[in-house]
Amino acid sequence: MRYLGFRLLQSIFLLLGVSLLSFIFVEAAPGNYFDEMRLNPRITNETVAQLRQDYGLNQTLPIRYVHWLSSVSRGELGFSFAYDSPVAPLLWSRARNTLLLTGSSIAMAWLVALPWGILSAAKRKAWIDHASSVIMAILLAAPDVLLALGLLLFAARTRLLPVGGLASLATKSGMWPEVRDVAVHLFGPVLILVLISLPTLVRHVRAAMIEAIDSPCVHAARAHGIPRSRILCRHALPLALNPLISLFALSLGSLLSASLLVEVVMSWPGLGPLLLDAILARDVYVIIGSVMIASLFLIGGMLLGDVLLFLVDPRIRTEGLA
Amino acid sequence: MKLNRTIMVLLLAAGALHIFALCAGFLAPYDFAQQNRDLLYVPPSRLHFNDPQGRWHLRPAICGLAELPNSPGTYAEDRSRCLPVRFLVRGSEYKFLGIFHCSRHLFGVDPPARMFLLGSDGYGRDVLSRLLYGGQLSLFCGSLATILSLSIGVLLGVSAGYYGGWFDAVVMRCAELFLALPWIYLLLAIRAFLPLHISAGRMFFLLFAVIGFVGWARPARLIRGVALSGKERGYLLAARGFGGSDLYLMKRHLLPQASSILVTQAGLLAPQYILAEVTLSFLGLGVGEPVPSWGNMLATLLQYDVLVSYWWMWAPGLLLIPVFLVYHALGNALQESADCRVYSQ
Repeated sequence: MRYLGFRLLQSIFLLLGVSLLSFIFVEAAPGNYFDEMRLNPRITNETVAQLRQDYGLNQTLPIRYVHWLSSVSRGELGFSFAYDSPVAPLLWSRARNTLLLTGSSIAMAWLVALPWGILSAAKRKAWIDHASSVIMAILLAAPDVLLALGLLLFAARTRLLPVGGLASLATKSGMWPEVRDVAVHLFGPVLILVLISLPTLVRHVRAAMIEAIDSPCVHAARAHGIPRSRILCRHALPLALNPLISLFALSLGSLLSASLLVEVVMSWPGLGPLLLDAILARDVYVIIGSVMIASLFLIGGMLLGDVLLFLVDPRIRTEGLA
Repeated sequence: MKLNRTIMVLLLAAGALHIFALCAGFLAPYDFAQQNRDLLYVPPSRLHFNDPQGRWHLRPAICGLAELPNSPGTYAEDRSRCLPVRFLVRGSEYKFLGIFHCSRHLFGVDPPARMFLLGSDGYGRDVLSRLLYGGQLSLFCGSLATILSLSIGVLLGVSAGYYGGWFDAVVMRCAELFLALPWIYLLLAIRAFLPLHISAGRMFFLLFAVIGFVGWARPARLIRGVALSGKERGYLLAARGFGGSDLYLMKRHLLPQASSILVTQAGLLAPQYILAEVTLSFLGLGVGEPVPSWGNMLATLLQYDVLVSYWWMWAPGLLLIPVFLVYHALGNALQESADCRVYSQ
């Protein structure tokens, strides 16, 4: 348990570091939200100066950072200039949508990648393995933007899928129709995210499984006459699991990045469009807030990976106890 | 370093891409900003090898276009006004390699006919010319960012591994911090605090600096590992015993060991960084109009009519697939050859 406690402490320090880094960038940035107002002849300089003071922009960096930390402890995460409200309520619904999208994508991607990788490792150098490596190379080379736009074209042309958004405007009563509506809207973006993350996952699953299949204990199992499918699932897969769990956290990071783009293209109301608007408006605390939430997801994913490793790998478990 | 044939071919292909982009001014028939307001969204021009009388010619001809009177936006070819495609024609002025003033283009057609081999966009600009000029920005942004992030990685990685102690700890904690953020969020966060509207030239430097700076952590960690294992080797201790300075030891003994990692990382990072530039420009945070980049050219596809009706506007996205295939194959080949050398040692 001490091991997990240590990792938790480390994650908290990491989050603090991320916030400090963002604040340093804010300080280095030229211009702020109220600079645009100066160009407006109907707003006097005094008003702009007053606004700057009200929002605490003319204080020094450490003081602002402390203020921000105290607002985090109140659960507000700073104050948005553009929306004129605390940042946290803006972020939560967006963060929930992003989590819904990335969570279902990562589950789907692993559900597809595991059998696929195991199959192509089991049939190494057979035509099925070659075919899968060609497909993966092409998928890897297709840029994320192109895949997302391709889905948009497909949706616009065939009308089989909704062209964007989270839910239809026509509200249907009852829980079941609503869930179905969201699922239909979720399908397209999830499909794209799965296609984007599949090549890396399959390649790693295949490599880890090949290494496991070549290990002496699997050879011994085969010599004992254990059926091939049982060897793959009961003997080789647990051996290969360790690097794959580490990959889980990494894949979460790249998936979050890809999902930002997909959210913008498919107008999914997640963190991505909010962050983009905030950047164009120089709404500093919304930017910091979304970056913090994204890194919170990633760090949470890493922690989850650590817990899984702890449960799966006896070597780490005993090391932690000692 | 011994290069095998696959790597040679792939390197040549990647080099050719960069040379095409560098010579954009010469290869492109028009300037990237030259508009034709009466020829919007013209589909790719057809090259005619036979004239209306049915005679065949070796030199292709391009016919003048006229908008159909009762359906705006659709064009018909006027077979009576055909002009031959000429090579090395005089056209708009450009700077060859950014230095020499020049006005010769590889091919072109005499006005009033217009040559749109990949169609024209919403301002009647030639998509092929914009694609070539855009490659200049996207490809070189990727390669310069790779060089930048590898240099930062080498500098910090080698010195962190070599000196160890608190310096190593600080550098590695910073690297973890950079790796803890999803890269596009990090990229956008840093981009957010830099000016939005600046000239294309400065934006190019800003983009490659930001992308290169964001990516330093991964190469730095790998190179630190090499330096850490290398600094305990016998020959390094011997060299130090003979009075080699720290700088000499790092340069002479640690850097060569890291070179294979550097080369493989370059092959892996370059396509990622090209994609990063394309993504930033696509989101409207890169170079702005009228200067083309593959990203901001793709961004026009977010308009519904362009997405559905004008397939030639997909050109920059489709071009990225072979570009990435070359880079990925190069990265794999380099990795394999590096692994082989490790095993044979």
